[in-house]
Amino acid sequence: MAKITAGVATSHVPAIGAAIDNKKTQDPYWQPLFEGYEYGKEWMKEQNPDVVILVFNDHASAFDLNFVPTFAIACGEEFKPADEGWGPRPVPNVQGHPQLASHIAQTVIQDNFDLTVVNTMDVDHGLTVPLSLMFGEPENWPAKIIPIAVNVVLYPAPSGQRCFNLGKAIAKAVESFDDDLNVQIWGTGGMSHQLQGPRAGLINKEFDNDFLDQIVDNAEELAKKPHFDYLNEAGSEGIELVMWLIMRGALNDDVELKKRFYHVPASNTAVGHLILENKQSRK
Amino acid sequence: MSDEKLYKKIPGTTVFDASMASIGFHLNQFCMSLMKAPNRERFYADQKAYLDEWPMTEDQKQSVLDRDYNKMMSLGGNIYFLAKIFSSDGISFQDAASTMTGMTLPEYAQMMLDGGRKPTEDNTYTGDK
Repeated sequence: MAKITAGVATSHVPAIGAAIDNKKTQDPYWQPLFEGYEYGKEWMKEQNPDVVILVFNDHASAFDLNFVPTFAIACGEEFKPADEGWGPRPVPNVQGHPQLASHIAQTVIQDNFDLTVVNTMDVDHGLTVPLSLMFGEPENWPAKIIPIAVNVVLYPAPSGQRCFNLGKAIAKAVESFDDDLNVQIWGTGGMSHQLQGPRAGLINKEFDNDFLDQIVDNAEELAKKPHFDYLNEAGSEGIELVMWLIMRGALNDDVELKKRFYHVPASNTAVGHLILENKQSRK
Repeated sequence: MSDEKLYKKIPGTTVFDASMASIGFHLNQFCMSLMKAPNRERFYADQKAYLDEWPMTEDQKQSVLDRDYNKMMSLGGNIYFLAKIFSSDGISFQDAASTMTGMTLPEYAQMMLDGGRKPTEDNTYTGDK
């Protein structure tokens, strides 16, 4: 039986990818940020997951305004890094897990979560930056990846509650898959940031740290936070944090916090990172 | 007052909702076209002529030529789409963001190093006064 064993949350700022690709991780500006991910890389080697369900958002790379799916699951064999206007990142192609992805799609759709099925999709920094942060710079990514893209670009994004409940449905779907697989789920994006308008540069450390506290032990309540609070207090792009709730919903009620990290700034953004392990089997 | 679009009251912020997406559809699709190198070449050869190929309003076209990002957003542009313009121009996200705030890039970069723009009563919505 497949099983979700752990969750990872991380911001996915494009400048972090550029810092890695341009060998700037030890520059004074970047060094404190990358130090915060050293534990995660070691932990990842021990955990050695077979599959990572990677919740992220596309930033006008694979999806333009012709189609804007709220939730899309990628069921293809392979996904290429997207050219976001300055050429694709020099990272390996991402290998999918079509069997588990299709099983999740089929199961959660019948469980009332209507995912859009995508077979071809280039994956942008939202997906590849978390891979680099957790796996470093390998020749090939050491796990199969199931991308789940969430719309947070065209308002409204799905609610925190909807995301949290989808996470629970994904966990149920994974557990009904026959093959023995060690599966992780990652939630990416955030934390507080605003990239636009006269208020650009907004960072709310209090909001972020409260979010980091609550998502560990009080996620049911956190899931009720309305969109407006994210937009108003964490910046227009801070709404990305709802994606962390899909990750949290897919974990058990009881989790062990293995790592917590918070850093300001990476470019325009506050960076947050959590590693959570499932304590015991569900219920 | 209806709470439905309360988000329009957040200071200094344009929320890209479905009605803005409708107004800005062609502007944003023009931005997407810049992800392809041959299109970038044609755009830089004659920006106005390239923009005239798109069914955009004259205001939208002029705001692109002026690289006035706040104006583009008021006319339905979304920041992730508009990012294709400044990426093509070879400008970083931080540089582009600074132009929207009225700060210079060094001032803006220093503000971020100092922990970012702090939330205050003036830059968050705290209820109708």
